[in-house]
Amino acid sequence: MKRIYVNEMWCLGCHLCEYYCAYANSGIQDMVKALKDKQIQARITVEQRGTISFAVNCRHCTEPLCIKSCIAGAITSKDGVIVIDQSRCVLCYSCIMACPYGALMPAREGVMQKCELCTTNSQGQPACIQGCPNKAIVFEER
Amino acid sequence: MGINYLYPPFEIIRNQDRCIACRVCERQCANLVHHYDEDKKRMTADESLCVNCHRCVSLCPTRALKIVKTDHTFKENANWKTEVIEDIYRQAQSGGVLLASMGTPKEYPVYWDKMLINASQVTNPSIDPLREPMETRTYLGKKSAKITRDGEGRIITSTTGQLKLDIPIMFSAMSYGSISYNAHKSLAMAASELGTFYNTGEGGLHKDFYQYGKNTIVQVASGRFGVHPEYLNAGAAIEIKMGQGAKPGIGGHLPGSKIGEDISATRMIPLHADAISPAPHHDIYSIEDLRQLVYALKEATRYTKPVIVKVAAVHNISAIASGIARSGADIIAIDGFRGGTGAAPARIRDNVGIPIELALASVDQRLRQEGIRGNVSLVVGGSIRSSSDVIKAIALGADAVYIATSALVALGCHLCRTCHSGKCNWGIATQNPELVKRLNPEVGSQHLVNLLTAWNHEIKEMMGGMGINSIEALKGNRLMLRGIALHETELKILGIAHAGQ
Amino acid sequence: MDGCHQRIPLEGAFRNSSGCAISGIIDRSGKRFTAREAITSISVMHDRSNGLGGGFAGYGIYPEYKDYTALHIFYYSSEAKRACETFLEEHFDLINLSKIPTKKHPAITDVPLIWRYFVTALPTKLSFSQLDEDEYTARCVIRINREIEGAYVFSSGKDMGVFKAVGFPEDVGEFYMLDEYEGYSWTVHGRYPTNTPGWWGGSHPFSLLSYSVVHNGEISSYDANRRYIEMYGYACTLQTDTEVITYMIDYLHRRMGLTLEEVSHVLAAPFWSTIEQKEPKEREEYSYLRNTFASMLITGPFSIILGFKGGLMALNDRLKLRSLVAAEKAGRVYFASEEAAIRVIEPEPDRLWYPSGGKAVIVTLDSMQEGEEHGHQLSVSAL
Repeated sequence: MKRIYVNEMWCLGCHLCEYYCAYANSGIQDMVKALKDKQIQARITVEQRGTISFAVNCRHCTEPLCIKSCIAGAITSKDGVIVIDQSRCVLCYSCIMACPYGALMPAREGVMQKCELCTTNSQGQPACIQGCPNKAIVFEER
Repeated sequence: MGINYLYPPFEIIRNQDRCIACRVCERQCANLVHHYDEDKKRMTADESLCVNCHRCVSLCPTRALKIVKTDHTFKENANWKTEVIEDIYRQAQSGGVLLASMGTPKEYPVYWDKMLINASQVTNPSIDPLREPMETRTYLGKKSAKITRDGEGRIITSTTGQLKLDIPIMFSAMSYGSISYNAHKSLAMAASELGTFYNTGEGGLHKDFYQYGKNTIVQVASGRFGVHPEYLNAGAAIEIKMGQGAKPGIGGHLPGSKIGEDISATRMIPLHADAISPAPHHDIYSIEDLRQLVYALKEATRYTKPVIVKVAAVHNISAIASGIARSGADIIAIDGFRGGTGAAPARIRDNVGIPIELALASVDQRLRQEGIRGNVSLVVGGSIRSSSDVIKAIALGADAVYIATSALVALGCHLCRTCHSGKCNWGIATQNPELVKRLNPEVGSQHLVNLLTAWNHEIKEMMGGMGINSIEALKGNRLMLRGIALHETELKILGIAHAGQ
Repeated sequence: MDGCHQRIPLEGAFRNSSGCAISGIIDRSGKRFTAREAITSISVMHDRSNGLGGGFAGYGIYPEYKDYTALHIFYYSSEAKRACETFLEEHFDLINLSKIPTKKHPAITDVPLIWRYFVTALPTKLSFSQLDEDEYTARCVIRINREIEGAYVFSSGKDMGVFKAVGFPEDVGEFYMLDEYEGYSWTVHGRYPTNTPGWWGGSHPFSLLSYSVVHNGEISSYDANRRYIEMYGYACTLQTDTEVITYMIDYLHRRMGLTLEEVSHVLAAPFWSTIEQKEPKEREEYSYLRNTFASMLITGPFSIILGFKGGLMALNDRLKLRSLVAAEKAGRVYFASEEAAIRVIEPEPDRLWYPSGGKAVIVTLDSMQEGEEHGHQLSVSAL
């Protein structure tokens, strides 16, 4: 399965992936309208210390601990893509405790959100990939 | 601090309606132009620091930024122009030589733009490169002057080293030091994929890049940085750098601040020591000395590699080239005065040397008059900007061209001409690891491959239009060129007729 | 070249391109025949010429003077003739000289003085020059053509001669009374220049020493070829394709010692992709020739028939952008731009074919030793 991988060698810590992610999942056509004057809620986060930076998002694990931990059965695997049914989420934070990557986070709507590889929005392919100026984030089979 | 006479040349126009304060501009500007004002909750900028490199503009996701020239002005004066006055202020303050980078921005004639290319109509057919073979392969090197045969009458086909180019375009010398590791790697990877050559410049060859050796030209310059037997044998050819178009007659200076561990090891000089290339080679004070170095290098590589002698285009270039053609060199590279540099005194860059078009035309003609054009191949550089420049150069008589500025532009360079600051936001002319990583060689080499592939398509289209299906039939084919808006002397030097003639 | 004759710029004052008709016949047994068949053949292709140039080259036509160079010269003034003859006397022994016999023809006008000299190099001059006889003669010819205004040497071979004029080729044949000459091979050319002033010297065949070339086409590599060959002492005064092609053949064949087949691998070198498919040894040879003589590659359309001592060579450009037909009947081989031009003189050839682009067809007299012409020759039957 194609997954998102990040090469910290090329990650510049510019954080553009976060903005493209937030925009892609906003459901709004205009980036300015979607993001201006808002605290963004991206599903990818740039971790940074000193000169090293690294964008982190869901690894779409083959043995996803989040699915096992979900008490509401809201998290499922769809052809390997781990997706969350926000209508079933009860915001128990069990998944946050379980995920070793910190790839799940609360959404503005008061439920959990996570990277779904832009399969559930209109992007077609992950927006972070398209937005990365240095090809540090790639979407590929490994 | 005194009075600052200089007003910032650019203004940063930020459309606050579009700015989402993502702060990418702030994070990506090595000149620290942008910052986020916590109180006002908006981005602001200090335009006095801006070099107009467009990094922020290119990365801004909402296109909220643009850089414009300031309309602040001096009282208009055709003689004492703004830059003239400002240069005086700078020197009055610093007492130093003005430094500049890349090719001269001054308004000198660009002869490429004053030549037009021919095409076939009626009397002979144009050739469609999509349907017929169209050859751009070129061999560089000395051509045998006579045919020798073995006992059975078969031609003996040994040649001195020849460089085989799939396209008549090579990447010209840019040292590791003047440009970054990743820029070098991009060039090396692209040259391998394209079947052409890149050039180490005078900074030696990083150990990681020996693997690209068969697509590498290794340079020997006056500083002899990083020159050792393994290095000489690592490449496909050796270039002796006598001069550079942007700064004929002077050497180079890579400041100690840029000499980090890798560069120090590659150049074989102490860490953080300034790398100073002398103006001349101190073992070459005359043409006969050059011949000795040519043969010393041939000896060192057991006569397997062609030797290139690179010179800047100066006034008596044709006599110089004639001397080089008889020195044992296989290839002469001529660098025109519009060529780029990582750093040069501005006055020299803007005033010394001659345009490559005129240098090329006169050298090619002179070598033919002397009957020695076959002794050497001619490679020219110094602002080859497009495929049509390549066509025109070859029709004037070049065997191939060198490009460097065009290659850097393909890597993202926006010609802000502040390479000498070492703070290249595009990761090209810098040794700061934070900035160097901005150029991912995978992306960079792909851009270079794309650029030359596109040029090659265009070259083939234009050749086909002329009814020429092999690049060698274009070489020196000056009938394929006509001058436009040129006077008699220029036409005579270029050896072409005027349009309509 | 000479200002004596024309109001519009003369041949050589500008680059001249033309379309054309060509034809050639050789009898491999060496049997001599008149130019009648060549005249008949070319007349079929009347529409490929426009009356601004025609000419013939015959080989084996001067057996009684076969060891002497036959110079055919146009003069546009008696001063030119005097100057040229002074030059000739300084450099050659003149064995025989005469006007070339012609017959008045209504379509052939503005006739210059046309003279023929059988000469041999002055031994003292020759040895002083440290050149071989051919090179000596060639340099003298180039010098006359470049320096003596109003004089033009248009034929300088041994036991061969070129006859040319402004007019349709069939009329030119009658004008020179070519029925009265017999040779073992003939080539003929009808010219369709696109912008010629119609100067006699500019008509074809173009000839140097015993090489003569008739050519149909317009080569796109002209200036690359010209600027290269001029390095070696040639002066392309006419600015025509045929002239530069002749010089390149002379250089490669006579001076570099290539065989004619090797010459064809230079002038119409195969594409690199083709070369790469060849056996290693061949590949090396082809690559070597193509690389070494890169600037003598001819691109653009051409079909040529080269006349040389003892044979003919026909060669097309490598894309075959111009027509060229070959045929064989008993000991005779025919070449022409059009099949009809062969059928009119040989209605039922044993074999008729269209030589591939870039593939030379070389025909030599049976009496020529294998390899007499610098090495390996193809006999036509081997093709």
